[in-house]
Amino acid sequence: MGSSCGPTGPEPGAAAERVIYLDNAATSWPKPPEVLAAVQHYLLEVGANPGRAGHFRAAEAGRLVFRARRAVADLLGLHNPMRVVFGANATWGLNQAIAGLLRDGDHAVTTTLEHNSVLRPLHRLQEEGRITLTVVRAAGDGYLDPDEVRRAVQPGRTALVAVTAASNVCGTIQPVAEIAARCRTLGVPLLVDAAQAAGAVDLDLARDGIDLLAFAGHKGLLGPTGTGGLVLADDFDAARLRPLTVGGTGSRSDSVRQPDFLPDVLESGTLNVAGLAGLAAGIDWLHGPGGGPEAVGRHELGLRRRFIDQATARVEGFQVAGNPAGPAVGVVSFTVEGLSPSDLGQGLAREFGVLGRQGLHCAPLAHETLGTFPVGTLRFGFGPFNTAGQVDLAVAALAEICRQERP
Amino acid sequence: MSRTYVLFFSTNHAMWAEQVLVARGIAAKVVAVPRHLSSDCGYCLEIPATAAAAAAAILRSSAVEFDRIGG
Ligand SMILES: Cc1ncc(COP(=O)(O)O)c(C=O)c1O
Repeated sequence: MGSSCGPTGPEPGAAAERVIYLDNAATSWPKPPEVLAAVQHYLLEVGANPGRAGHFRAAEAGRLVFRARRAVADLLGLHNPMRVVFGANATWGLNQAIAGLLRDGDHAVTTTLEHNSVLRPLHRLQEEGRITLTVVRAAGDGYLDPDEVRRAVQPGRTALVAVTAASNVCGTIQPVAEIAARCRTLGVPLLVDAAQAAGAVDLDLARDGIDLLAFAGHKGLLGPTGTGGLVLADDFDAARLRPLTVGGTGSRSDSVRQPDFLPDVLESGTLNVAGLAGLAAGIDWLHGPGGGPEAVGRHELGLRRRFIDQATARVEGFQVAGNPAGPAVGVVSFTVEGLSPSDLGQGLAREFGVLGRQGLHCAPLAHETLGTFPVGTLRFGFGPFNTAGQVDLAVAALAEICRQERP
Repeated sequence: MSRTYVLFFSTNHAMWAEQVLVARGIAAKVVAVPRHLSSDCGYCLEIPATAAAAAAAILRSSAVEFDRIGG
């Protein structure tokens, strides 16, 4: 890329030509041009701190943040946009929910499919002797049984069930509504990790009976990095969540007490307004040019299927982790017999500009469940801008790397 | 035209109210709180005085929290 670097750096188009970006599960790229325009509009023409001053620029910044709140609320079936709380990423939302809800002596239920951003906050509380934890094992094909989750609940003691909506390792979509129905019957709040699912899977808090949902703004919702948060169902009592962070909110400035209303109670400090302006534009893109989240989800699943079919036919020893054909988002993990995922990943990136992610994907128990621990897999995450042609090139590159690397 | 103001506890609520009222045909606009009114947040919503009762009803039915209308 060095030759194309001028004084202002590489041209964006030059990088796009050389790279087949299949790491959308980590963060999506490219972003729709509308997202760039929205970020630029805020930084160039608005630039103020929402809710922190009386002038019209600050009001405009507040409107941009509100648009993002409304967009997330509409996407997830919430009436009240004040129940969308913004933070830096999905990890923040998960921590706010877990540490905010659990009290000493509580019991929590989670699953082996979870990302470390669910497992570590729970594990830390368990290690400190503050909670007890049951980790429900998913099946080897990457799906949870809702009845196993129900059986892990201890009536009267379990204060939280935390489940991912889609595996970030193998892409399998979990039966969230079925799990939610069981949690509602038992009166236990359900926290859903929608980091991989939001934007590609139809999720509706009211219809599905989800109490709390953490989302990443920078993956399937196509916003910039540094966006994400937590959503509280319209009927979830916000007073049950102890704020992780307290501080300036621009509201109730006459008092040294944290305000008690949403979103302010959980949202202290200056927000990532540039990022949130981009997030609103990303969600608008999904509904507009993207054809809707379900169409985007179908496109990405189609690319996953195409990749699996072609690689199975053309690459000897190719093995998919988890179910290759069941309900899934556009994420696939695989190994090739006799070759290390890390050599494969590095070779594909270096020689062909095919960018995936090798290793354990911050989900050690998921890899144990799928039988791919501790070596891990190579993961591809397909996005709305990936094409069938890129999948074909990636398979050809994979076949060529395997030919080169095999003794 | 004579104007009145809807006061809120937070800018976030004012922004929501603005969207809800504009969608229902009320000329509402987020403005800095006039000096003669006190409020916990820097913004309020300016609406036509004749729309005060209708605005209050719409905000209540949409569950948008507000402090008070007047001034
Ligand atoms: C399932 C899952 N949960 C949580 C996260 C954490 O997301 P973020 O990086 O936005 O904190 C990720 C992504 O890395 C993920 O895939």
